[in-house]
Amino acid sequence: MNALKELYVQQFKTTFIMMLQYRASLVIWMMGHVLEPLVYLIVWSVVSNGAGGSVGDYTAQGFAAYFIVLMLVNHLTYTWIMYEYEYRIREGGLSFALLKPVHPIHSDIADNVSAKLVTLPFMLLIAAGLAAIFKPAATPALWAVAAFVPALLLAFILRFLLEWTLALSAFWTTRTSAINQIYFVLVLFLSGQIAPIALFPYPIRVAAAVLPFRWMIGFPVELLLGRLTLGDALTGLMAQAVWLGVSLVLIRIVWRAGTHVYSAVGA
Amino acid sequence: MSYPRLLAVFFRVSVMGELAYRINFFVQLFQSVLELATAVAGLAVIFSHTSTLGGWRPDEVLALVGIYILVGGIIGFVIQPGMEQLIASVRTGTLDFTLTKPEDAQLLVSIQQVEIWKLIDIMLGFAVLVTALLRLGEKVGMQQVGEFTVMLLAGTVIIYSFWLILATLSFWFVRVENILMIFQSMYEAGRWPVSLYPGWLRFALTFIVPVAFVTTVPAEALTGRMNEVTLAGAIVMALVLSVISRVFWRLGLRHYTGTSA
Repeated sequence: MNALKELYVQQFKTTFIMMLQYRASLVIWMMGHVLEPLVYLIVWSVVSNGAGGSVGDYTAQGFAAYFIVLMLVNHLTYTWIMYEYEYRIREGGLSFALLKPVHPIHSDIADNVSAKLVTLPFMLLIAAGLAAIFKPAATPALWAVAAFVPALLLAFILRFLLEWTLALSAFWTTRTSAINQIYFVLVLFLSGQIAPIALFPYPIRVAAAVLPFRWMIGFPVELLLGRLTLGDALTGLMAQAVWLGVSLVLIRIVWRAGTHVYSAVGA
Repeated sequence: MSYPRLLAVFFRVSVMGELAYRINFFVQLFQSVLELATAVAGLAVIFSHTSTLGGWRPDEVLALVGIYILVGGIIGFVIQPGMEQLIASVRTGTLDFTLTKPEDAQLLVSIQQVEIWKLIDIMLGFAVLVTALLRLGEKVGMQQVGEFTVMLLAGTVIIYSFWLILATLSFWFVRVENILMIFQSMYEAGRWPVSLYPGWLRFALTFIVPVAFVTTVPAEALTGRMNEVTLAGAIVMALVLSVISRVFWRLGLRHYTGTSA
C-alpha cells in the first residue's frame, strides 16, 4: 500500500509537469467541452422562453444552472483513454508498460488527474463567466451539496473504469472509432448531456436508470442542483456502487483476455 | 494543363489509393448515418417540447441540418485534407516539391489531397436537405433556390479562405493543428440557427470563425428569411476574404525558406 502511495506521488509529479507543458493544447481541447453544453443551454433556454417560461421543472435559469454544472462534471469525469489505447497497441508502446511491475492503469489515472488539475482553473473561470451571462438559479439543500462530493467521485471512477475497459477493445480490432462513436452517442443521450433525463419520454428514462451512463454524468449534476429527493439520491449512490462493482469485474476479465491476444505488432 | 483536368487527376489518384481500403467506405457510411440519426433524434427530443425553435419550424431546422452535413462533407472532402497536408509539408519541408511545379502553388496545395469517402456526407446531407424541402412543400420557389445556391457558393469560398489563412499561419508558427481544432468545435454550433445565440456568440460565429455564412445563411435563403443586406454582405465577404487569403498566402510563401534546403 505504501509503495503504491509513493508511486502515485512520483507519477503525479512527472505527469503534472508534462501536462503543464501542454497547457495551450489542453485549453484548446477544452473548447469542445465548453461549446457543446453552451449550445444546448441556449437551445433549451429558447425552448423554455417560447413555452411560457418553463419546460418540465426547468426554467431558462434552471437550464443555465443544469448545463453549467454539467459542463464542469463532464469535464472532471472525462477521459481520452480510448484514443490513446488504439495507438499504444498498434505501435506496440504497450509492451514497455507491461514490463513495469505495476498495472498500467495507475499511470493513466495520474495522467488524467494531472491534466484536470491544470485545466480546472480555466474551467471554473469559464463557468463563472457563463454564470454572469446566463444567471443560473438552483435551490440545493445542504445534504445534497454534501452528497455531491461522493457522487462526483464515484462518477469519475465509474466513467474512468468503463472507458478504460472500452479502450481495451483495441486489443481485438484496430478500427475502434466505430465502437467509440456508438459509445459517445449512448452517452450523449442517456447521460443527460443533450437534456436533463427528466425531459425524455418514459422508455428512455427507464433505459437511463438501468444503464451506467446517467450515473457517470447526469446524476451528480441533478443532485447538486437540488432536483433529487433523499430517496432518489440514495438510490443513485447505490446504482453507482453496483455499476462500480460490475465494471471492476469487467475490467479484470477484459484485461486478462486482452493481454493474452496481444502480440505487440510494432515491437 | 487546365485546372479541372488537374483536379480530376488528383481525384483519380486518391480513388486508386483508397480503393485498397474498401472497408473504409462502410466505416464512413456507418459513422455518417449514426451522426445523422443522432442529430435527428436530438431534434425529436427538442421538438417534443415545442413547436418552433426561435421561429424555425422542425422541417426548416432539418433543412439546416442537411446543409450542415453537406458543407461538413465539402470541408472534409477537399478543404481540410489539403490544408492539413500543407501544414505538414511546411513543417517537414516537402512544400519545396510543390513550389517547383509549373502550376499555381495555392491551387496545387488546395486540391492535392481529397478524402473520397467524405462524398458520402455530401450525398447524405443533400438527401436530408431535399427531404426537408419536400416536407416544407410549396414554400420554396425558384428565387429561394437561386439565392441558396449563391449563398452556398459564397459560404464555401469564405470557409475555404478562412482555412487557407489559418493554414498559412504555419509559415510563422509550427503548431497550427490545434487552431484547426477550434474551428471543428465551433462548426458544431452551426447545426442550429445562429439567431438563437446571444449577440456576442452570434458575432463570433459570423465574423471571427465564419460558420454562420455557410450554414445559417444558406438555410435562411431557402426558407425565405433572406434580406438584401445579408445577401450582399455574404458576397462582399467572400470576395474580400479570398483576396486577403491570397495576399496572405503570398506573404507566407515569401517567408518560407524550406527546411530541407
